[in-house]
Amino acid sequence: MTLHMTKTQKVLRFMGNNTVPILFLIICAFGIPLSGYSANYLVSEVIVRIARNSFLIVSLLIPILAGMGLNFGMTLGAMAGQIGLIFISDWGIAGIPGMLLAMIISTPISIILGWWCGKILNMAKGREMVTSYIIGFFMNGIYQMIVLYGMGAIIPIRSNALVLPRGYGIRNTVNLIGIRKSLDNLLTVRLFGIPIPLVTFAVIALLCLFVLWFKKTKLGQDMRAVGQDMEVARAAGIRVEHTRIISIIISTVFAGYGMILYLQNIGTLNTYNSHMQIGMFSVAALLVGGATVAKANIRNVFLGVILFHLMFIVSPMAGKNLIGQAQLGEYFRVFVSYGVITISLVLYEVRKKRDRGLAGLVLAAEQEETV
Amino acid sequence: MNENEVPLLEMRHISKDFFGNQVLSDINFALKKGEILGLVGENGAGKSTLMKILFGMDEIHQTGGYGGDVLINGQKVQFASPIDALAAGIGMVHQEFSLLPDFTATENILLNREPLKYTWLSEVFGERMNILDRSEMEEISKRAIARLNVPLDSEMVVSQMPVGHKQFTEIARELSKESTSVTEGIKLLVLDEPTAVLSEQEADSLLHAMRKLSETGIAIIFITHRLQEILDVCDTIMVMRDGKIIKTVPAEGVVITDIARWMVGRDVNTAQRQAREFDYENKPVILSLENLWVDMPGEVVRNVNLNVHQGEILGIGGMAGQGKLGIPNGAMGLFPAGGKITFEGKQIELNNPRNFLNAGMAFVSEDRRGVGLLLDETLEWNISFTAMQVQEKYLKKYLGGAIKWRDQDAIEAETSNYVKQMEIRCTSTKQKAKELSGGNQQKVCLAKAFAVAPKLLFVSEPTRGIDIGAKSLVLKALRKYNEESGTTIIMISSELEELRAICDRIAIISDGKVFGILPATTDSAQFGLLMVGQTSALQEGGSV
Repeated sequence: MTLHMTKTQKVLRFMGNNTVPILFLIICAFGIPLSGYSANYLVSEVIVRIARNSFLIVSLLIPILAGMGLNFGMTLGAMAGQIGLIFISDWGIAGIPGMLLAMIISTPISIILGWWCGKILNMAKGREMVTSYIIGFFMNGIYQMIVLYGMGAIIPIRSNALVLPRGYGIRNTVNLIGIRKSLDNLLTVRLFGIPIPLVTFAVIALLCLFVLWFKKTKLGQDMRAVGQDMEVARAAGIRVEHTRIISIIISTVFAGYGMILYLQNIGTLNTYNSHMQIGMFSVAALLVGGATVAKANIRNVFLGVILFHLMFIVSPMAGKNLIGQAQLGEYFRVFVSYGVITISLVLYEVRKKRDRGLAGLVLAAEQEETV
Repeated sequence: MNENEVPLLEMRHISKDFFGNQVLSDINFALKKGEILGLVGENGAGKSTLMKILFGMDEIHQTGGYGGDVLINGQKVQFASPIDALAAGIGMVHQEFSLLPDFTATENILLNREPLKYTWLSEVFGERMNILDRSEMEEISKRAIARLNVPLDSEMVVSQMPVGHKQFTEIARELSKESTSVTEGIKLLVLDEPTAVLSEQEADSLLHAMRKLSETGIAIIFITHRLQEILDVCDTIMVMRDGKIIKTVPAEGVVITDIARWMVGRDVNTAQRQAREFDYENKPVILSLENLWVDMPGEVVRNVNLNVHQGEILGIGGMAGQGKLGIPNGAMGLFPAGGKITFEGKQIELNNPRNFLNAGMAFVSEDRRGVGLLLDETLEWNISFTAMQVQEKYLKKYLGGAIKWRDQDAIEAETSNYVKQMEIRCTSTKQKAKELSGGNQQKVCLAKAFAVAPKLLFVSEPTRGIDIGAKSLVLKALRKYNEESGTTIIMISSELEELRAICDRIAIISDGKVFGILPATTDSAQFGLLMVGQTSALQEGGSV
């Protein structure tokens, strides 16, 4: 039994289902001419952002598959990645070997943090997102304690460029000169004068392939089952809690790698801030791409990176040209990130309610037919 | 069939109590290979508990296990969990679907039993990194569907299936459990109300499939309320009532009225019949429902038309899941509803509980703990809250109503009045609602509704989960309230005897529709027939 929809209803439904991407298209459509940037500049900037951010965003996909919503706990992985980077900077290992070593260091930390986070999220079923968000804040405290007081004092860090003058604790900013753009610059081609970091793109493509392949594995199938209905999955003998923990571990480990990739592009580590922002911006970008709390795919990742960062790039200049203040754009970025997350969460619930109402309409239509 | 053959399943002297409340006693029966056993009984007769024992459900272990023995192929077994029962070749199809909506039929049929293709990553990360073997999956599921002989598309997503196909998917899942090294192939299938949601045609093809399965040696326990189906397909009929087996007879030569009588013909002991002559036909219609539909999950109401006369007690009965609970919940606006409700000549806007209450109606929900009570608040609050909110009772007004103060004295007086009147067992009127027993909580719910002094009162499952003593008190209180204040009462209950005890007429709901309305004095076998979807020749008792 289905309801027949008219064309306008279909259009409205499509708009309703894609409110956030459409909203962003409109923002960008206004912002781009206001900013006055050339197309060439915008494209090259967007390519940089794709290379920089997509790995991080892809790391969010697997918990969504397992029905755990947006993993704000990816900050945990970002912290692990940063710890790896601090060590290789201290040891002076540069280039690709440095990056690989940082990844190797981050992996066990990510696994432990992810396991612990997954355990907690299993105790807070149905409230995973807010719980993982708060876990991020909590772990930030522990991270600061380790980096600000532990490193240099208990954990040996020798380099004067890293340690604060008082003898322990890491400086506010760490220059990652050793690995700066080492992956991006490994192999680049220029298309219409725009440099394209081929190797970084290849790594991201590999990750996307992995995610696609993963959905076909037994574990991926189990996660889909758990994501739809934990009780049905449990009755079929799937280890629900175990599966959920694995999904968070995978996400955390990938977030760690993503953070290393991200920071090699930026070239400096903002020791106490980088990881805090990244979770929120990644989540916002994914949602801008049209993902919901329950459904996300690779298309959402790339559409989201492009739209969200286009807004990021044009808003300071557009703000400046509009009222003479670049700060407005800066304010706009943060405001929009939180706004997008809020709107998406609300819309998700609204849509759920609408679909429930639809069941009632079908019932009414059925009744009319029989009368 | 060889008479001396060891039965596939045998239950000996099974008994079970939930904290002193005996729900099963001395159950004995045997089931042969390829036999179809029809299990019938009213709600609460103990059918589900018996099946839960067979499957070793957690609920049974957590409440102190059971007495007696379960034997399979002559071997005593005791399953620790349903997974063990499945491994031993017993499958069950539940009344509620246990399917994943976004998976295809095949994915659901083989959930967690998917054939896998090797990948090298599994050497490092374990077996779960192997890839699903989709073509093999299709093959197995198609084979299982073929055994059922039904038109089921293996690649269709469950959420888009008609209800009947969901049922077939469930059964195909059990059938796909073929013999492997760890598990045995399916040999006993329990079907709990499989036809309740099916159209007649679908039900027919299912019955056909059951016959076919039994010919291949699979024994089936078939639980249903549709007695004709039992006669059509079963070899043996077993009737349960009040936790005992009343009759086990071969299906041949049995007629429906016999089964109906065995099912409901109990001694009246829960409540004294309080028959009265009530001339409802000469009273004005106070409430009329026209073309009401309600989308309440599991209790869908379709096109209900019903007239309620002033001052009567109307019973609404029927089997679980047929929609009787949807009527009050939809009328009050707790679930999406449509149609027309007219109360005292005025149309009531649907989907708005406030309108329902303002019109002078009240609803005592079957969900006492969820909707009915403020668990963490005192009895005083619970009883006075709705009246205070809706009718501004127990308020002292100052400055022409700009400031309203609670009238604590009035609340206390009223509460102790109800406590005395309804024999609510509590330490004081300040006790918290959650600390009371189920029966006393129910009384508080009723007192809360009485305090509003409604013109019409919906009472849903007022005696669910409370003991016999409290039951008769609750029923008496309802009848007394009806007689003293002239309030019209609509009582919804799964227990027919209870309805017959205090109602003037009883409407039976089946498949979301009013199937018939009979005076409460009608023979219970007639009601039994209506409940199982048999239209009785005896349809009287006012407009349907």
